[in-house]
Amino acid sequence: PIPCSKSPTRDPRVRRSLRTGFSHRFGNNTHTSLTSHPSASCITESKTNSSPQVHVFTMSEIPHILSVLVLDAEGKRVAVKYYDEDMTTVAQQMAHERNVFAKTSRNNARGDAEITLLDHHVLVYKFASDLHFYVCGAEHENEIILATVLTGFFDAVSLLLRGVMEKRTALENLDLVLLAIDELIDGGVILETDANVIANRVSMRGAEGEQATPLAEQTLSQALATAKEQITRNLLR
Amino acid sequence: MTDGHAESSKKRDEESEEGLDFSPFWGIEKGAVLQEARCFNESQLDARRCQQVITKLLYLSNQGDSFTRVEATEVFFSVTKLFQSNDSNLRRMVYLIIKEICPSADEVIIVTSSLMKDMNSKIDLYRSNAIRVLCNITDAGLLGQIERYLKQAVVDKNATVSSAALVSGHHLLQVNSEIVKRWSSEVQEAMSSKNPLVQYHALGLLHRIKQNDRLAVSKLVTQLSRSPLRSSLAQCLVIRYVAQVIKDTKVDEVTGERPFFDFLESCLRHKSETVIFEAARVIIELNEVTTRELQPAVTVLQLFLSSSKPILRFAAIRALNKVAMNNPSSMTNCNIDMESMISDQNRSIATLAITTLLKTGKESSIDRLMKQISTFMSDIQDEFKVVVVEAIQELCLKFPHKHRILMNFLSNVLREEGGFEYKKTIVDCILCLVKSIPDATEAGLTHLSEFIEDCEFTYLSSQVLHLLGELGPSTADPGKYIRYIYNRVILENATIRASAVCALANFGSCSVALRDRVLTLLQRCLYDNDDEVRDRAAFFLSVLRTIPETDSECVEDPLIYPLAPLEASLRQYLENTGDSAFDLAVINQIHNNIASHPDMHASSFDCPSMNISSTKNDLRESENIITSRGEFMSYGPIFKSCHAVDLTEAETEYKVTCTKHTFKEHIVFHFMCSNTIEDQILENVSVVMDAIEGVEVFAKVSTIPLGTMPLGHFGSTFVSYKRAQGLHPVAKMACTLKFTSKEIDPSSGEPESEGYEDEYTLEDIDVTVTDFLTGNPLSAFRKVWDTLPIENEKVGDYSLGTRESLGEALEAVVGILGMAACEGSEVIAPHARSHTTLLSGFFVGGHSVLVQLNLGMGPSNSVAMKLIVRAEKPYIADMIHTLVSEA
Repeated sequence: PIPCSKSPTRDPRVRRSLRTGFSHRFGNNTHTSLTSHPSASCITESKTNSSPQVHVFTMSEIPHILSVLVLDAEGKRVAVKYYDEDMTTVAQQMAHERNVFAKTSRNNARGDAEITLLDHHVLVYKFASDLHFYVCGAEHENEIILATVLTGFFDAVSLLLRGVMEKRTALENLDLVLLAIDELIDGGVILETDANVIANRVSMRGAEGEQATPLAEQTLSQALATAKEQITRNLLR
Repeated sequence: MTDGHAESSKKRDEESEEGLDFSPFWGIEKGAVLQEARCFNESQLDARRCQQVITKLLYLSNQGDSFTRVEATEVFFSVTKLFQSNDSNLRRMVYLIIKEICPSADEVIIVTSSLMKDMNSKIDLYRSNAIRVLCNITDAGLLGQIERYLKQAVVDKNATVSSAALVSGHHLLQVNSEIVKRWSSEVQEAMSSKNPLVQYHALGLLHRIKQNDRLAVSKLVTQLSRSPLRSSLAQCLVIRYVAQVIKDTKVDEVTGERPFFDFLESCLRHKSETVIFEAARVIIELNEVTTRELQPAVTVLQLFLSSSKPILRFAAIRALNKVAMNNPSSMTNCNIDMESMISDQNRSIATLAITTLLKTGKESSIDRLMKQISTFMSDIQDEFKVVVVEAIQELCLKFPHKHRILMNFLSNVLREEGGFEYKKTIVDCILCLVKSIPDATEAGLTHLSEFIEDCEFTYLSSQVLHLLGELGPSTADPGKYIRYIYNRVILENATIRASAVCALANFGSCSVALRDRVLTLLQRCLYDNDDEVRDRAAFFLSVLRTIPETDSECVEDPLIYPLAPLEASLRQYLENTGDSAFDLAVINQIHNNIASHPDMHASSFDCPSMNISSTKNDLRESENIITSRGEFMSYGPIFKSCHAVDLTEAETEYKVTCTKHTFKEHIVFHFMCSNTIEDQILENVSVVMDAIEGVEVFAKVSTIPLGTMPLGHFGSTFVSYKRAQGLHPVAKMACTLKFTSKEIDPSSGEPESEGYEDEYTLEDIDVTVTDFLTGNPLSAFRKVWDTLPIENEKVGDYSLGTRESLGEALEAVVGILGMAACEGSEVIAPHARSHTTLLSGFFVGGHSVLVQLNLGMGPSNSVAMKLIVRAEKPYIADMIHTLVSEA
């Protein structure tokens, strides 16, 4: 067998592109580029490897998030992000999302966050209107830590969408949702769980040299100004 | 709830019709978006528009659209132009898309300078994001240039920047661990940050930097366990690290206390649920945790059970489920809470509650429990049902008296709708119960024969038919199964018909009374459409006719060849497309080949791991190796195998483990050796054993050396002894590893021609009575007890000293004897002052040994034990007493 397919994680370049989830999809569907891009070719080989890579977790590791998903009421993607080395292809991810949706969609997770086990993963989820939010961790992970991450994410999105938790609003502000995921998790490591902090970082509050006011504590006029800007942005599209 | 559901689905329908038109991405197309991306190159940048185009690109990628490398490169180049704009929201999106594109090494250079500039920006959010992006796309070479900035950023007063640098440190450890290790004093400083997340990231990184230095970790943990951290996530990490340290250190033998246990216990009183739960989880997972240690953890988990949050309930019940596996008696107080969870809205929680209850349940509560479960079963999915059925199987093996009600339950669920996996689990479960509980055989067979009347799965029908053929003839009324079986011959497909024919034939051969009728039925099968069915019918007809009228014997001989080599030789035969017929004698040749080629041996038994642990797999593997060796065939079947014991210290040049296999008259020591150093070759390896004690009992028979000790794999060498009958089988063996060592010349890579002989002293091996004693769970203990001669009964009284509880005392005694508890008698009622446990086992040679164990707890918790032993041979009963009194 090809040595790099046995342990694709040994090459740091490969490991990094695996970590960044679906990003490697940029550029690995032309064969000419495969040969010129060593990391991409390694990934395709690891995909064809029949025995899946089992990452050995020990209790002493820092909590690792495997995926963050936002699906709609039919199980379609709104925004997703994977940090799972065993789920790097779109086909695997889509299959996972189908399983996730089939298992959870009939439950009522509109009040408290709900939880279940799925294929040796712990899945915590919370629904709002036609949006389904999921955070997935390894089987042995502390469930309450996963729940903290989910709550942080859910509340941050809720703040950013100004409480309108609907698929349409989420798609109209997809940049904010994607940034919220980016501020929540970095390569599987929990970056921040405080919804206010996440929302402030996403909207780059403080970047223009202005006073950093948390989104929740804005004055009425500030809120109106921001809302006005939002509306203009949406009309301009 | 159904109303709400219908309403929402109606609403959804409306939305999907209109929704598409309103989606901002409706009709989006990759080519068009790539065209739009040209606006990045304009001299007057429209920040809003650029932001929207980036969002569209990310949307496409997120929906699973792929970009070619050329397209990605083009997008990347134009994106780099956007650093000219000072719009902070646009800049944020630029950071995001660069991470998504993950540019190749030669492209990274283009953004490096822009990102370096942002890393030194006055704006904190630019600094933090630039760090994350740069670390994400950088390679080891570039890292050297930015290292200084990163080190500085770790101790930045802004939490965002510090966190970004620390988390990037986590990822960089995989790229270049040396550089990150140089940060340890800065990381240490960041640990005292006021921001909880910074503290968490710093602690995680510090531990990873130091994790190979056991002393440093232990020091860090000791220091951290004294004062609680501000961040609850960080506190969870401390708990995990403490657990690791506990695992690596031994229990204090004088006081019997674990180091750091007080700390874990104090974390159970933390204000954060996350920390409380982490501590409880860790306590549960401790090695050989005692009931006393478990108690505080179980108490907090019990509180979680009644929480309003599903996640807390789930976490708690999942943890308790683990407790129930090994210490069911320590959580009897939770039973009431768990029973109310059977009707939990969240089905995962309900299922976990049921399986936990089935593990902790007492015999008296089974009826009530089964009633509750029956109502629950109809409204859950198959995958949950499978879990429940598996738990019921365990329960039934534990309380064989209850087989009637449990079997009824199984037959009821078998009749209901269900998929293949579910049905298979039920059938497997009944098969297992039928085989292990003699009283349940008839009922089980009846249920199964009814099941195949209406079974849509060929695989299951065949399996049931085989079982009917195997067990049916020996039941009280074998005639009644014939009808079920013959019905299959009439109604089913060829595969099932063929299985049915075999089953019929078995009835014919075992029961003289039925033979004529079976012959008639088989005669009819000769006209079957299918070749295989006809062949089998014809074969069995001729066999049955040769059996004398009055004799009964089984048609099918048990397979006399070991399976693994048989399979290997059949494969080999199929590969060589020769014309010659398959020769069974080849099989023996094959094992010798396997034995002499360690490489092939490794691949055929699939033992690539260097990690020696005494798991069941290793044991089975070792058993496989033994049974596939021709040398030990004459010893008969293995009576008992003991878990592998390490005979070498960790991290020595050789790794040797020993597994003891006991046979009727022999004992074989199987040494698995592996070489851990690349530049040496060890040849002609053997273990020399000398009995220090027990010389008169064991006589050496043979030593089988190993050609070369493989690197990374295990090679096997054996020593076998014959045991003198009737003597107390106890011995101590001194072991020495002997070998010829050859060094590999580093310049040529070839081994030297001349080696030198060397030896290495291994740990001693003890042989004890328990090696010759196995557990044998009985369903009707009393019956067997009465059949054993009363004159062989030996009674003895023992004092077990002061014990925490009866459970602990019982655990200790059962641990020494290694016998199986019967009829669920190992479960002790809480706060009981006396208890009787029934133990059963086999002594080598198939002699039954039964033990009644009466425990009583006096004042000040001193435990007294009365041990009544009955065995077929008086010396065996004596042996049990010696075993207990010497322990």
